[in-house]
Amino acid sequence: MLNRLDDMLNFHTQALRVRDQRQQVLASNIANADTPDYKARDLDFKSALQGALKAAPVAGGVMLATTTPGHLGGKPGLAADAGLLYRTPAQGSVDGNTVDMDAERAAFADNAIHYEFNLNRLSSQIKGLLSVIQG
Amino acid sequence: MSLFDIFSVAGSAMNAQSQRLNTVASNLANADSATSANGEAYRAKQVVFSAMPVGQNGANGVNVAAVIDDPSPMRMVYDPKNPLANETGYVTMPNVNVVEEMVNMISASRSYQSNVEMMNTSKTLLLKTLSLGQ
Repeated sequence: MLNRLDDMLNFHTQALRVRDQRQQVLASNIANADTPDYKARDLDFKSALQGALKAAPVAGGVMLATTTPGHLGGKPGLAADAGLLYRTPAQGSVDGNTVDMDAERAAFADNAIHYEFNLNRLSSQIKGLLSVIQG
Repeated sequence: MSLFDIFSVAGSAMNAQSQRLNTVASNLANADSATSANGEAYRAKQVVFSAMPVGQNGANGVNVAAVIDDPSPMRMVYDPKNPLANETGYVTMPNVNVVEEMVNMISASRSYQSNVEMMNTSKTLLLKTLSLGQ
C-alpha cells in the first residue's frame, strides 16, 4: 500500500531531485565565471530523469542500509556526477574559461521555473490526497 | 539538499569578487605612489582565482589562490629634479594600468550582482519547498 503512495508521488519527486542537482551545477558555473581553465558543465535533464525514474542503483549513489528483514528499502539517490556533460563554448577565451554568463543565467532562470512547477504539481497531488482522506 | 550548497558556492564567489574589488581599489589609489614602506615604488597587485569543491554533491565554489604582484614592467618617468630619481634622472612609477583596473572593477561588480541574484533565487525556491502541501 505504501508503495502505491510512493509511486504516485514518485515522478515529481525524482524530477525535483534532478532539478535540484542541475541548479547546483549551474550555480557552480556562474560562481566560477572568472576562474581560469574552468570548464562549464551541465546535466542532461532528460537522461538524468529517466535514470532516476528507473531507480537503477547509480554508481556512487547512496543506498538506504537495510539491516533486518522488516526494513523498507529506499530508492537510491543521485550520484554526484550522474550524467554531467561539458558545455560547448560559443566563443574562445584566452584563459581557458568556457562559462558564457548569458547562457548560464538563462539556464538558471529556466531551471528555477521548472523547479517551481514541479513543487506546484507535487503540492496539488498532496492536497488532492488530503481532500480524499478528509472526505 | 543541493540547494543549500548553492549558498556556500554563491558566498565563496561573492567573497572572491570582493577581494578582487579590494585589489582594484588599492591599485587605483596607489597609481602614483612612487615610494612605499620598503622604499620601492608600488607594484600593482592581481588576484588568482581557483575553483574549489564545496559540500559532497560536487559543487564548485571559488577561492582566491594567491594575491600576486603584477609582473609587467614599471613605468619610468623622466624627472631629474625629483629626490627619488636614479642616476639617469628617471623615477620608477607604479605599473598600474588604469584602464585595465576599471574593466576589472566592472567585471567584478557584474559577477557579484549575478551571485547575489543566484542566492536570492535559491532562497526563494527553498522557502517555497518548505511550504509544500499547504
